[in-house]
Amino acid sequence: MNTAAVLQAFAMVFEPGTLLAMVLASLFGLFVGAVPGLTATMATALLVPVTFFMPPIPAIATIVTATAMAIFSGDVPGCLLRIPGTPASAAYTDEAFAMTRKGQAELALGAGLVFSAVGGLFGTVVLIVAAPALAEFALHFSSFEYFWLVLLGLTCAVFITSEEPLKGVITLFLGLLVACVGLGNPAGFPRFTFGSAEMTGGIGMIAMMIGMFAISEVIRYVVDTSPPAELVVEKVGNVMKGQWELAKKYPLQILRGSALGTAVGALPGAGADIAAWMSYAMSKKLSKEPQKFGTGHVEGIVESGSANNSALAGAWIPALVFGIPGDSITAIVIGVLYMKNMNPGPTLFTTNPQNIYAVFLLFIIANIIMVPLGLLCIKVAKRILKVPRNILMPLILLFCIVGTFAINNSMFEVAVMLVAGIVAYVLEANRFPIAPAILGVVLGGMLEENFITSMIKSSGSLSAFVERPIAAGLAAVTLLVWFVPPVLRALRMRRAAVPA
Amino acid sequence: MKLNDAIFGVLLMLLGAAVLVAIRGYPKIPGQPVGPALFPGIIAAGLCIAGVLLVARGWRMRAAQPWLAWDAWVRSPRHLLALAVLLGSVLFYILAAEKLGFLIVAPLVLGALFLVLRVRPLQAIGIALVATLLVHFAFYKLLRVPLPWGVLKGIAW
Repeated sequence: MNTAAVLQAFAMVFEPGTLLAMVLASLFGLFVGAVPGLTATMATALLVPVTFFMPPIPAIATIVTATAMAIFSGDVPGCLLRIPGTPASAAYTDEAFAMTRKGQAELALGAGLVFSAVGGLFGTVVLIVAAPALAEFALHFSSFEYFWLVLLGLTCAVFITSEEPLKGVITLFLGLLVACVGLGNPAGFPRFTFGSAEMTGGIGMIAMMIGMFAISEVIRYVVDTSPPAELVVEKVGNVMKGQWELAKKYPLQILRGSALGTAVGALPGAGADIAAWMSYAMSKKLSKEPQKFGTGHVEGIVESGSANNSALAGAWIPALVFGIPGDSITAIVIGVLYMKNMNPGPTLFTTNPQNIYAVFLLFIIANIIMVPLGLLCIKVAKRILKVPRNILMPLILLFCIVGTFAINNSMFEVAVMLVAGIVAYVLEANRFPIAPAILGVVLGGMLEENFITSMIKSSGSLSAFVERPIAAGLAAVTLLVWFVPPVLRALRMRRAAVPA
Repeated sequence: MKLNDAIFGVLLMLLGAAVLVAIRGYPKIPGQPVGPALFPGIIAAGLCIAGVLLVARGWRMRAAQPWLAWDAWVRSPRHLLALAVLLGSVLFYILAAEKLGFLIVAPLVLGALFLVLRVRPLQAIGIALVATLLVHFAFYKLLRVPLPWGVLKGIAW
């Protein structure tokens, strides 16, 4: 580690501008997370037009803090209204609400807060240790390794993270197809531009993301016919009481949740929500008292509450080292990094280590200030939950329009945003997963470029793709993920067919 | 709005076929073993295959999965209207903002949406105006985004 760079990172982070950005982003993130229907990814998408006008470190600071806060505060409406504030809290919303019914709202909220921070810090430590090591390793990667790595990432997004791999493959293809539009291909040939000047530059990624993550939510809100939920809690007391006892009672669960969360976060396409579901399921499976799960038992909240926050930091590992997003938030972050001339990749760690150290520091600070600010959020939770969403949603819409316009001062991008929002809404309503599409759009160019570069290097021979040992290893893993699940399924079916 | 998987399958096959037709004229690039048609070609082929699988699945599940199932909002005029106003207002903004200007179009968009979402009329008008001015100040003045003035060009500040 380079001391001068670390000091420089401290100077960049502890600058009044950055700190102010973090405080404002915290409040924004806590609010967005606590309002059902507004997600952490949406918070990121809404922040992009603003970060556009900031220096790199404060820009990243706002996103890191806002998302960490939003993933925690998503627990609050889950606990008080039985509606998850963000999808990352959905896994244990019923459990938390059952605790509230039993008069243990304080314990549930406090566990959400404290173990969110603990999980976030755990993920940060893994990020700090793993990312530079991986980056050093990745310095030796050539286009062959990158090709397989991207393919592996896309494969994970489809096979590991979605319930229906076929639908995941389809949205992945759609994303890859969108990435083909424009001049940005190795041949520099305009594809699918329909003679339009705007299309030659490709489909604006940020506009698309704002559409997919914000506009689609606004659409979902206006067609939502379910009656408003009612607050069951009149007063929330001291939420910190009993948390130390929980930490002493469930150390293994905290560790397990954080480790699983970080790993799931680092897998491309799977983010905090999937981390929480998997972790909750694991907690129940390995618990000494699984029969208590679902009746208002805090154990699962402790474990999956730390998992979803650790996933946030985990997702930054592949994003920073390879430019492969670990979740939909980092998919947007990668776009921001390119705009700020901090192109992700292993060289980012060698040429500008101070920037990387600054990102690490931001994560640490964000997860620490989460505790006091989270307490404040719980205190005013009742008021946040009463914010009229029929006023909020049109304001978000206007903000999306203006923010999208601001990126290139182009009305065409606003149209892209609208179309992307409608498409995302229809796809999700029909149970097509969105994450593979996002990954396809973000990684399509990289996949093609590395493929063509490799083909040119090997003068058209495919065997060169598996001649280097690491490339061969990555290829083997990729093919395993493709072929093992169907084979296992076939075996299981045959076994089921044989009468016992 | 939920469609049977088979319908999506057919749509995907059509999309794949359209892409395959579009890339037929793409050139070969000297010095590159594969041209710009390869990548979209693979994706299009993939879309066609996935489309066939989806059709097969949708056909198998046609008893359990109707061809078209409307969600509850389709039967609620209020929600239908809200959706129409939402989509219409973004379209209206895209088409009219350059000509009429942000300061005219934005309050109209906000006001229409507020009303259809049942915000009280006076409150709706007030918030629409204040929010427009705030957004204009933040983006036009602070962030220097050239929001269109349109017919108000004469009073631009």
